[in-house]
Amino acid sequence: MSTPRGTTPEGPTPSLQADLARLEAIVRALEAQDVDLDQALALFEEGVGRLRDARERLAAAELRLKQLREAAGGGAEVDDQAGGPGA
Amino acid sequence: MSLELPLDDAPRERPLTIYELTESARQVLERAFPAVWVEGEVSNFVRQSSGHWYFTLKDKQAEVRCAMFRGDNRRLPTEPENGLKVFGRGRLTVYGARGAMQFVVKDLVATTEGGFHAIALERARRALEKDGLLDPARKRPLPPFPRVIGMVTSPDGAAWRDVVAVIARRWPMVELVLVPARVQGDDAPRDLCRALALADRYARLDVLIVGRGGGSKEDLRAFDDEQVARAVAASRVPTISAVGHETDVTLTDLVADVRAATPSAAAEKAVPDRLELLRYLASLEAGLGTAAGRRLEAAGARLAHARSRMAGAVTSRVREAERRLGQAMLRMRAACESRAALRRADTERLAASLDALSPLKVLDRGYSVARDGAGRVLRRVADFPSGLGFRLRVVDGEVGARAEMPT
Repeated sequence: MSTPRGTTPEGPTPSLQADLARLEAIVRALEAQDVDLDQALALFEEGVGRLRDARERLAAAELRLKQLREAAGGGAEVDDQAGGPGA
Repeated sequence: MSLELPLDDAPRERPLTIYELTESARQVLERAFPAVWVEGEVSNFVRQSSGHWYFTLKDKQAEVRCAMFRGDNRRLPTEPENGLKVFGRGRLTVYGARGAMQFVVKDLVATTEGGFHAIALERARRALEKDGLLDPARKRPLPPFPRVIGMVTSPDGAAWRDVVAVIARRWPMVELVLVPARVQGDDAPRDLCRALALADRYARLDVLIVGRGGGSKEDLRAFDDEQVARAVAASRVPTISAVGHETDVTLTDLVADVRAATPSAAAEKAVPDRLELLRYLASLEAGLGTAAGRRLEAAGARLAHARSRMAGAVTSRVREAERRLGQAMLRMRAACESRAALRRADTERLAASLDALSPLKVLDRGYSVARDGAGRVLRRVADFPSGLGFRLRVVDGEVGARAEMPT
């Protein structure tokens, strides 16, 4: 029932965070100009791929509404909640 | 004032019992005094294990022993402390077991600003402070990209609706979990504590919002409850407190990791803004394109410089480098399917070549395209059997035509 503080299961959002961190690092590396041409291009290609992934993650999104209730045995369970943002 | 004693004037055959004496006195006193308000200072306050309160009210000249029974004092948010100035409403009576006059208090009002609620609040605040729960060093940062957001609030309130609306607009890629609780009324503190404990048992939350929409001071009181504040402070995940409006500050606000002025503001703090992030991605993309472009340009400039200085013997090596640079530029362009990196100097040239290839441009030069009824392009003599009707597309429209026998 208890998860150590700060840990979350793997999911799409940590990857978004990773994409952003990597993109920032790539831009910094390219701006530093101390990579050779092949490396620079590999970085550039990776950057373009990460950008595409990040945009896809941001596009494929749907808010899910749930409701928490007591479960038998003292746990907690979620139910889907009727009524989205428009309701 | 002449008191009418419920006793005979005639000599009695037996002395009164003490009980009869005090009971008579009680009846006289209670009949003589309606419920009255008194003003005094509390001293000798004692809370019995039964829940009844006993204390003395005094002013400069006099004092009276007071009792306030559990059924009455339970309506007050906290106990008075000695020295507190109060108004008390009650009835004077005699407590026979002690043979003492006693003022039985039904209502007690602190004369200080905010009354007992302010005292209770300050007392709770001091208790939380003593336990280090108000220490700014305790504040945890919110996760930048939460996946599951919990909210402890009323399912029917404006707060939940506002949070849903804001998150749907800003960052709809999350799971939003309502943890229903009563947020006002006598049982609100207990219910909030239960809901907070329930939320804490649900392991998937990344952040927890607790709050409610605006209301009177009284409506927001549950969020000033010490136990509620302790439950918020105990949350395993970072918390955002959002109670009422901008001007309302509750204990819950003080212990939460982040305080938001309103539930909508809490939602804005809980998630990033998708549009903002897209703009940031665009700036990263531009940075990527600029940095890579500059890298290529620098390589090109170095090669040009080298070529101008080199004799024939090494020209082939420069050529090889130039070839690689050319390939690199092609790879870069191929990798770059998205707009921003192309947007730079290339854009205009690209537009020009697209324009040159445009079929309209060709038609403009006097060419035309023949299509049969199915829209198929007719290219060769064999496509034109004698008598075939077809359509001719010219620069400004279409005309009908018919093939004749070749001469």
